[in-house]
This record gives sequence, structure tokens and C-alpha cells, in this order.
Amino acid sequence: MSRTATALGQPAVLVSMLIGVIFVAAWEWLPGMLGVARFIIPPASAVAEEIVFMFARENLLYHTAVTSLSVAIGFVLGAALGAAIGYALAVSPTAEFALSPYILALQIAPKVAFAPLFVMWFGFNLMPKILVATLIVFFPVMVNVLGAVRQIDRDQINLGRAFNATRLELFWKIEVPASMPALFAGLRIAATLAVIGVIVGELVGGSVGLGYLLAFGQGQANTPMVFGVIIMLTLIGLVAYLAVVVAEARVLHYMPKRDFGAR
Amino acid sequence: MAAVRLEFRNVTRRFAPTRRSEGVTAIEGVSIAVRDREVVSLIGPSGCGKSTLLNLSAGLDGPSVGEVFVDGAKVTGPNSHVAFMLQKDLLLPWRTIRENVEFGLEIRKVPATQRREIALGQLKICHLDGFENHYPHQLSGGMRQRAALARTMATDPSVVLMDEPFSALDAQTKLVLQKDMAQTLSRLGKTCLFITHDLAEAVALSDRVLVMSKRPGRIIEEIAIDLPDRDDPIARRSSEKVTPYLRRLTELLDVAHADV
Repeated sequence: MSRTATALGQPAVLVSMLIGVIFVAAWEWLPGMLGVARFIIPPASAVAEEIVFMFARENLLYHTAVTSLSVAIGFVLGAALGAAIGYALAVSPTAEFALSPYILALQIAPKVAFAPLFVMWFGFNLMPKILVATLIVFFPVMVNVLGAVRQIDRDQINLGRAFNATRLELFWKIEVPASMPALFAGLRIAATLAVIGVIVGELVGGSVGLGYLLAFGQGQANTPMVFGVIIMLTLIGLVAYLAVVVAEARVLHYMPKRDFGAR
Repeated sequence: MAAVRLEFRNVTRRFAPTRRSEGVTAIEGVSIAVRDREVVSLIGPSGCGKSTLLNLSAGLDGPSVGEVFVDGAKVTGPNSHVAFMLQKDLLLPWRTIRENVEFGLEIRKVPATQRREIALGQLKICHLDGFENHYPHQLSGGMRQRAALARTMATDPSVVLMDEPFSALDAQTKLVLQKDMAQTLSRLGKTCLFITHDLAEAVALSDRVLVMSKRPGRIIEEIAIDLPDRDDPIARRSSEKVTPYLRRLTELLDVAHADV
């Protein structure tokens, strides 16, 4: 399996890189050739120039750091809360039954719509955007954990019971490890959602963060700046996602190896 | 006469009707006594309550009427005298084979060094030495079931309950594992209640075969298998004396099917 993966891997990597080069080249020259104005689609070089310029003049590093920090805090809080509530509901069917209509309602409500409310409550600081990220991260994590614990084979639990395991032992030795794959599937989704939550929070109010730069760029009709910020945001999302993938590979080391990108 | 290890006294188990299903009587008036070192097979049509019997023995479920005793003590909940093994190996995928075998010992708070020693010993008996640090997914179905057997034996239960442990294996692996299990049971002097669909397996492995009727399950016949080589099912299978037993069991099961 690993042999075929490396044999296939080489051309796949080359093709992948080629696609990247073609994309950047098309971005650079195609709009000009088709007569699209530079302020609609600025060429790749202009965006790169703008990013360098933003580092020097617009304090891009600072804004990126603020957004990254908010993403990280929101992600950790939302994931911790989602996992905790997910496990709590999973071990207590009564609690789940009683709370499920409200959880469903909150899950259906578009989380980003809370952003203006949080700004009104907490003002123009980090709090509103962290809260939006927390809220948006919470649900996929909770739903995945709850579902995973529910789906554990009854016989597996019975095996533990037959060995005289206590409820706590069943939880830590069977339910928690058995739900890890689903938890990480939830965290992967959550990592990208956390960025969305923070951006919306920053767009709605505030004077720091990449979301603010996005709005600022829009106000100036500075298309290269908007493109540049989108690239930075994508990078943050990518780092968050890869962090989850790395943690997952460590925690789920016992799983059969998958090819990269199989999920 | 040897001590009775597992005993059912006139046990009935009814399941109350729920919104989804009507109430059923899974087993009715079942009395069984399995003596020390005896291997008793239980055969019967599907849905005859065999698994209910197993759950009652393991203390995972309680009888509606009657009593279950293990080692002379009434079963009121899960207890350390009993261990079970199912068709599914139920190995925990995040634990190595050795850690899986140690699972029951860990819950019984056996110290780590001792656990390790017992687990490695059991793995050796089950011909899995060298695989202790593998994860379940790295092993074949037959090897995984061997590991499950090692885990079952590791807690040194006085009664071993088996629910079709070999039915998911291919024919050849099945023969080898039956032989290994038969040898392990007789070497360790274990008492075993063995649930199976496979008549030949029942005759090859047991001292006695109990035949159950369709639901509600009752014991309709008890057949003592008066053959040598209980620890060598392959030898036993090849003896022509097996045939009359198989014929008798086939007849009985047809009766059990027809008799509703």
C-alpha cells in the first residue's frame, strides 16, 4: 500500500504543483487579456505587492495576530464546551431528551447573526468575535461527540460491565476513546468555522483584525487589499485545520493509515 | 459428582411490552446445571433466547422468575466468576493486543506488572506471542478471535460463556480455533456454556448438548456426548460415532422448528 502510494505520489505531486503554477499564471495574465479591469480582478503580482505593503504600512502582522488569537481562543472554548456538553448529554438520556428542542433551535439559528448582538453587549473588543467563534464551533463538536457515544456497540459496553467496570470506568476506558474519531471529525469542521465566526465578528464592529482590514479595503475600493486579506484568512484557516490534523494523527495513531486527503 | 458451577433454576425471562415492540417471553422454565470442567453446548433455532441465557449468566440481565447461581452464589449483577466471548471480538481498537487482554484485569485493579505477565502468558497459550504490541486492525479475523479468547481467560473466570464465537470465521480457521479453545478449556479446567448454531461444532466440543425450542425457549432435550477426545475436536469429528448424534440433533431441531 505504501509502495503504491509513493509510486502514485510522485506524479500526483508534480501535477498538483503544475496546477498551482497554471492558476497563478492565469490569475496574473488572463483577466488583462480578457479586458477585465484591474480594480475588478487585480493580477497576482499586484496582490502580492499589496500584501508586502500592508505588512509595512497597515500593520498586517498585528491584525493577523489578533485574528489568529481570536480564532484560537474561540476554537478551544467552543470545542471544550461542545465536547463537555456532548458527553454530558450522551451519558444522560434524560438531559438530552429535556434539552433537545432547545439545542435544535439554537443549532438551526444562524450563529453569525448573533454578532451584532454580542457587539452591543460587550462593545468593540475581542469578546464578541470570540463568542461568535465559540458558538459556531460548539455545535459540530457536540453533535459528533453525542452521536459517537450513542453509536457505541452495546456489546462493547456489556463487556466492560461484565468485567465489573464502574460507570466512570466505562466512560473513560470505552466511551471517550471510542468517540475520538468522531470528535476529531467535528474539530476539523470546527477549525474552518472558527475563522468564519471571527471574521463576521470583526466585520460587524471593531478596529482591529483582518475582518476590519477587509471592511477598510472595501471602503477604499482597494481590491488588491481585499484579495490579500482573503489570502491571509485562508492561511489562518489552513494552519488551524492542519493543527487539528496533526493532533488527530497523534491521538488516533492506532487507526489504519489513510492516504492523505482521503476524507 | 462434581460441583455445579452454573445453575439455572426454573428461570423465565419476560420482556415487558414497549411502545416499539410487544412483550415477549424469551425463555420459560429453564433449568440447567453445568458442572465443574464441563462443556455444555446450547443449540436451538434463532430467536430462541440463547443470548438471553448468556446475559442472565453474566449478570447483565436478571430473570423475571427463578434464580441463576454461579459457584453456588446467586447472580445479582456482573461478577468476577464469569467471562464471555461473542461472535464479535469486541477488541478495543485503540489498545494493543496485550492491553486488550489486560482490559478485565485493569478493571479488577490488578497491578501493572502482574497484568502484563498474565496477558503475555495467555497470548502465548493462544499462539499470539510476538503480536502483543500489534493493534487489532493489524490482525486477521482468526487472530483477533484468539486475542478475545486470551482476554476471556485472563481474568481466570470459573465459568466461560461463549456465544457463537467462531461463526464469523472461515471453515479452516474455525477448525483450528475450535481445537485451540478445546485444549485451552481442558488444560485450564474451565467450565463452559457454549451457544452455537453449528450442530457438528456442538458435538465436537461438548460433554453435553442442550436443545432449545423456539420462543419462548425451553430446554426440550439433553444429550450426553459419550465420545472421547473432548480436547481434540478434529479427531472427534473424524470418528464415525459422531454421525448418530448429528442425526439425532437434526431430528430434534426439525421438531423444534415445527413445534410452535
